[in-house]
Amino acid sequence: MSDEFEHKLEAKSDYAGDASSVSTPDIDAVPDAELPDQELYHSHSWWTTYVFSQDAKYIGIQYALTAIGTGLLGLVLSWLMRIQLAWPGLGWLEPSSYYQFVTMHGMIMVVYLLTALFLGGFGNLLIPLMCGARDMAFPYVNMLSYWAFVVAVVVLLASFFVPGGPTGAGWTLYPPQAITAGTPGYNGGIILMLISLILFVAGFTMGGLNYIITVLQLRARGMTLMRLPLTIWGIFTATVLAMFAFPALLVGCLMMTLDSLLGTSFFMPAMVSLGETLTHEGGSPILFQHLFWFFGHPEVYIVALPAFGIVSDLLSVHSRKTIFGYRMMVWAIVGIGALSFFVWAHHMYVSGMNPWFGFFFATTTLIIAVPTAIKVYNWILTLWRGNIVLSLPMLFSLGFIVTFLNGGLTGLFLGNVTVDVPLSDTYFVVAHFHMVMGIAPILVVFGAIYHWYPLVTGRMMNETLGKVHFWITFIGSYAIYFPMHYQGFVGVPRRYFEIYDSPYIDVSTLLLNKFITIAVLIVGAAQLLFLYNLFASARLGKKAEKNPWKANSLEWQTPQMPPEHGNWGKELPKVYRWPYDFSVPGAKEDYIPQTQPPSEIIGAKVEKT
Amino acid sequence: MSKKKSIFQLLTEKPWEQDQIEADNDHQGQTVNLSKQKLGLRTLMAASTVLFSLFIVAYSDRMLVHDWRNMPEPWLLWFNTGILVISSLVFHQTVKYAKNDLFDKTKNGLYFIGFLAYSFLIGQLIVWYQLMNTGFYATSNVANAFFYLFTTIHGLHIIGGIYFWGKTTSKFIKRSLKKEEINNLIDICAVYWHFLLAVWLVLFGLMLSS
Repeated sequence: MSDEFEHKLEAKSDYAGDASSVSTPDIDAVPDAELPDQELYHSHSWWTTYVFSQDAKYIGIQYALTAIGTGLLGLVLSWLMRIQLAWPGLGWLEPSSYYQFVTMHGMIMVVYLLTALFLGGFGNLLIPLMCGARDMAFPYVNMLSYWAFVVAVVVLLASFFVPGGPTGAGWTLYPPQAITAGTPGYNGGIILMLISLILFVAGFTMGGLNYIITVLQLRARGMTLMRLPLTIWGIFTATVLAMFAFPALLVGCLMMTLDSLLGTSFFMPAMVSLGETLTHEGGSPILFQHLFWFFGHPEVYIVALPAFGIVSDLLSVHSRKTIFGYRMMVWAIVGIGALSFFVWAHHMYVSGMNPWFGFFFATTTLIIAVPTAIKVYNWILTLWRGNIVLSLPMLFSLGFIVTFLNGGLTGLFLGNVTVDVPLSDTYFVVAHFHMVMGIAPILVVFGAIYHWYPLVTGRMMNETLGKVHFWITFIGSYAIYFPMHYQGFVGVPRRYFEIYDSPYIDVSTLLLNKFITIAVLIVGAAQLLFLYNLFASARLGKKAEKNPWKANSLEWQTPQMPPEHGNWGKELPKVYRWPYDFSVPGAKEDYIPQTQPPSEIIGAKVEKT
Repeated sequence: MSKKKSIFQLLTEKPWEQDQIEADNDHQGQTVNLSKQKLGLRTLMAASTVLFSLFIVAYSDRMLVHDWRNMPEPWLLWFNTGILVISSLVFHQTVKYAKNDLFDKTKNGLYFIGFLAYSFLIGQLIVWYQLMNTGFYATSNVANAFFYLFTTIHGLHIIGGIYFWGKTTSKFIKRSLKKEEINNLIDICAVYWHFLLAVWLVLFGLMLSS
């Protein structure tokens, strides 16, 4: 005890002394490791190295590529739908195919692209590296998680090839229509969809277990929770949300599967279908809505929180500034996560619930705007007087702030019951959620890919192609979604495959539909540019130097770049500071990596935030 | 090892201040003093608790509709409940044996627990068989459907437990692990067994009381 005290005094007096004094190695001292080093699994064959890999970095890449591949299908589906909407006279799509495409587009983008990419892809790649671990806590379970995801995707895609095609119930899969004759895929596609979701949840639970335990228990020495990069905070909190939210989806899916296959009546009320009385009796469709949205709303934040975290790190690194209000950012992430379980029924204002119920959920919804606004202010204040480098990750991060703000503001409209009632089920809602949880997170995904690409491949992505990609995507998505707000105000309903000659639909609405479709085609095509850049740069890209962005966090401090199996060579890293020491007065460089011991930067004084 | 901190203390640390920097440099990289398997099990139990709670919420909501017809409770369910209680007690004792290095007693305890777990599953299947023979199908009333659903999900959890019980037992008999490691695994299985007993008591109590 007394030793420790003296050691502390000594260290303090060192700091107080002038910079020129000879540094004593004492201030670098950290206690010996009390915990044994992690045992690593070493692969023996090509199969266990590249296919059934247990290395989190490989699993992350596998997750990301699978998710992006599935997401491309979602993109193509959106093209097909938009062509139908712009030129309904062509007879391009059957009504049933339109509904099927809407459903599959929604489900693929939300669950199989964004959730899998942020948590499975970035989570696996970054958690062990940023925490300073050799690998995930349970590598074998991690591998199973990825392959469960692959099977889920295969089952989902198989629904395109069963009689009746995939389900056309909308991504919310509301019963009774989802499993009643008249809805496309009511007896084949929907079953595969439900099974696929059940597999996804099972696979995710295995992955999520890894993310949580690794973040909590396997960090490097000196890496306290409050020294973690915000990326990890975002992914960690999102994983906790997912562990609590996905069971609701599981319950809903299981019970609906039984309703459909066995003929039970969990959700199915007594009803007459095609002139025949069905055997169901007394089930409650509203119960499914509650279960679905108890999952569905946290799901929004499962996608958004990793994006929040990643964008905070990108902004800090690329403006060479400490993140403004680190603790407030962490609290906001945790607070948004907790609040997200108390807002689900704002998706159900028109389901006929008690007005007081709506009042409660409108209030909680507006409260969640407070921590979210704190985050937006803090991002802007991080940029304030920063040395802003308009690199690709920075461009995408700036695009994210604007887009997220935009989508968040329309969320305030929709969170109020009285405003929501007329707007619900119009294109205003479509515009809102695409802005806030479609475009905004996708911009972060792109920024993050441009940022961490050198870490994965050792090469940089092409800057010019990236800039073209950014501007087309950014301006293009505004060209797509701004007009949709207007369409929503006019009253154009969503989910209609054709609006016919309704008297309230102006000719301008029809023209806008054509305009939006053209923008969709262009923005979609620009993503091919990105894909080319992604794959071609792995061979042709400029060789990246070590730590190309001069970042502080641990993933860039590995002995080799790209990091090898086991990440850290012989010695695990020791952490002496948080990852936001940028532009510290008195320091030689404008960044101080987390692994740099105090003796090497005597004289540098970290400013208080 | 750092002293215990509440989540609020953790979240209010100022990682950029000199005092905090010195304290943080001594940090060993672990948040709570538990093995990763133990913490992993707790995480899974938390997720599982949410799952069962949501089933219970759905059950309570659905119960209020007029078409609800209560299901009879076969006496065999009481017997099965008894099996679960006994296996939990035996596991409790086996953990003590393992701690005291009593190899044979621990081995017999583990075997007996496995036997009880399989008996429970077979018992549940017999209950199903009896109910179906007397016309209580999942389709005839939603109360029956909930019963089959609950027992299936709980049974799947038990099967998962049996898988880890099998791995632990074989490792124990082969003596392929260090003493602390194997005791940790036995301990984890025991906690899971108690958890599944608690879940079953809640589900069974819910079905009895409605």
